[in-house]
This record gives sequence, C-alpha cells and structure tokens, in this order.
Amino acid sequence: MSTMKINIVSSSEEIYSGEATMVFATGTLGELGIAPGHTPLLTGLAPGPVRVQNGSDEEAFFCSGGFLEVQPDLVTVLSDTAERAESLDESEAIKAKEIAEQELANKDTTIDYAKASAQLAEAVARLKTIQKLRKKQ
Amino acid sequence: MANTKEVRKQIASIKSTQKITSAMEMVAASKMKKTQDTMLEGRPYSLKIKDVISHVALANSEYPHPFYEERSPKKACFIVVSSDKGLCGGLNINLFKQVIAKSAELNEKEIESCFALIGSKSSAFFKSVGGDVIAVAEKLGDKPNPDDLIGLTKVVLDMHKNGDIDQAYLCSNIFVNTMTQQPNVEQLIPLAPEEQSESNPSQWDYIYEPEAKELLDGLLTRYIESLVYQSVIENNACEQAAKMIAMKNATDNAGDLIKELELLYNNVRQAAITQELSEIVGGAAAV
Repeated sequence: MSTMKINIVSSSEEIYSGEATMVFATGTLGELGIAPGHTPLLTGLAPGPVRVQNGSDEEAFFCSGGFLEVQPDLVTVLSDTAERAESLDESEAIKAKEIAEQELANKDTTIDYAKASAQLAEAVARLKTIQKLRKKQ
Repeated sequence: MANTKEVRKQIASIKSTQKITSAMEMVAASKMKKTQDTMLEGRPYSLKIKDVISHVALANSEYPHPFYEERSPKKACFIVVSSDKGLCGGLNINLFKQVIAKSAELNEKEIESCFALIGSKSSAFFKSVGGDVIAVAEKLGDKPNPDDLIGLTKVVLDMHKNGDIDQAYLCSNIFVNTMTQQPNVEQLIPLAPEEQSESNPSQWDYIYEPEAKELLDGLLTRYIESLVYQSVIENNACEQAAKMIAMKNATDNAGDLIKELELLYNNVRQAAITQELSEIVGGAAAV
C-alpha cells in the first residue's frame, strides 16, 4: 500500500513523525481525509483530533488549531500551542505596547547615536580590560 | 604598609565573592543544558514551517503576500532579543553594537528606526540612549512560552500592515557553541523570495480552504512568530553559556586575587615579626 510522510509539530516540540496511509483532521471548513497522492492543499485546522492511520494501526493526537499543508507525498501539521483568538492577540499586543510606553515615560524618541556608541565603547573597553588582566596573570 | 587585619578582611570578602561566582557558574552550567534542550525541541517546528513557506513561495499563488513586497523603505523596525539578566560578559553589548551600527547605517539613508524589545537588558539600554520603542516583552524566564511573544510580534506586523514600517530586522545572538555566540542582524520583512529556476516555472497552486489571503496571512504570521520565538530560545542558550564562561572567569580571577593577597598577607606578617624581633634585639643591646 502506498504511504506518505506525516509530520506533526508544535512550536515547543515534535509530536509525531512517520509514515501514514491515511490522515484525518478537522479543517476549519470541515472534516478532511487525506490519502497519498492528494493534490496540494493548504488549510487552517480547527481544534480537534488528528488521526494518523498506517495500515491497521491508528494513532490520534489532539491539536488546538494551526495549519495543515498537503503535498502529494507529504503532510505537515503545524499545531498551535494554544487556541488563538483575534481578541486575545489584540490584548497581548496592547500589553506589549503598554510596557513600551511605561518604559519610555518622559523619553525622547530620537536615538542619540553618539551617546549610544560612547556607552557601548565604554562597556566593551571594560570587558577588554578584564580580559587583559587575565592574560597578564 | 598594610596591616594584617585589613588584608585578612579583604581575603575573606573575596573568598565569599568567589563562592557566589562559582555557585552561579554551576547554576548556569545546569541551566545551559536545559536551555539547549529547549532550543533543540523548538527546531522541528521552525524547520517544518520553513519547508511549508518555501513550498508556498514556489506555488504560483493567486495572492501575493505583503511580506514579500519590496517597498521603498522609510522606516525600519528592529526586534532586539536580549537577556533579562546581566553578568553574561559582552553578550548583550556586542549585539547592541551591531544594532546601533545598522540603525545608524539606515539613518544615513534616511530610513528611520524603531525598536521592539525582548528582555530587560535591551529596554534598559534603549531607555538610556533613546529611540522609538514600540513594544516590549520582558521577564520571559528560562523557558519562554511562544504565546508570550504574540503581542510583540503583532505590534510589529500590524505596523507593517498599516504601512508605518517597511522593513523589519531580527537581532539576536546565534549559538555557535558554548564558547562562541555570534550577534546577528537578519532581515525579517520583506521575506527573501526563494530562488526559482527559470526552466521550471511553477504551474501549480494550492487548494486553499478557506481563502488564500486569510490562510497565508495566518501562516506567515506564524512563521514570523516562530522565527522570533526560535531566536528567543536560542538567545537564552547563549545567555547561559556566556554566563557560565563569565562566571568561570570571575571565579578564576578571584582565585588569583586571593593568591596575591595571601602572599601580601604573609609578607606583612613576616615584616611585623622581623620588626618586633629587631626591636627586642635592639632593646636587649641597649640594656
């Protein structure tokens, strides 16, 4: 029986990698069954199980959303680590901006290149001195 | 001449410092292992998403994504990945030097810079030198969660979408090995298009479910996020390695100092005894 490669990965780990004769997943537009030789397909995944069949073996993984890419001999599942909602992303973005605003209270936004390079040069010189001290001994 | 009591006090204080630095060295060594493991665990995802992205780039897509679009740049955003804590040698400073150099270079071409900062060290640095900071993510810990970076990435990508910035650079340290970390400034947006062979132009395209635009937006956002996350965990591994080396050096230095001071202490002690003896001898001769 013909098989295809299947990789399931999430950003913090590799979940599954192997051969499959059939893959079932829940796409954002409905259930998908993918057999080897499928035409290229790109789809979003809804939270749900991804089932991998290899002959009579079957394994199931939970996937909390992400993307599914199909090439004729390759299926890649890019799983998200958590459910993503636009509103949640928005609030995270606001948080990141807020911290930036707090950090920058009473601060001008033009960068002082001379000051920056002077400060960095000083720090580098300090490190170099320490290294020289070591070499001398 | 220094007196023995003073020297002894100094030796004791350096010894306790040495204890601290050697403990920190050991902590860094054990954390380094963990952060390297985390770095390796994250790698499959970034490799796979890169594969998918390169397939997408090859496909004859109906929707050209804005991330591939070369605009005449007016403003660039630097995503600067630094550590939260110091005591790691020149790790952050070398990176900032590159960032400042690149930013100054762009400034000469009349391209403004703004900064999205990850890690307390970078926000402290840019607080002191100025600079337009648009987003900050701090205190991510030794095992950062990809979700902690969503906000920051979104701010940058939204600005790109709105046309406020035209380029984005990712600045972080690359882990070469325990002894070497390489500061690196890499262009994130526009994404470099994959080389396509002239003789074999792609004819195929994906079936997109649902819309191509929606999907590619999501996918490329994930891709950028994964690049940022990968650089954060890599930077973490760099931090621990650099810290271990820095603390090892500090411990060695303290050892050298202690040796010197002990020599001085013995000299002083000997001098005091000699002086006392000569006083006694002198006294006896006078009687």
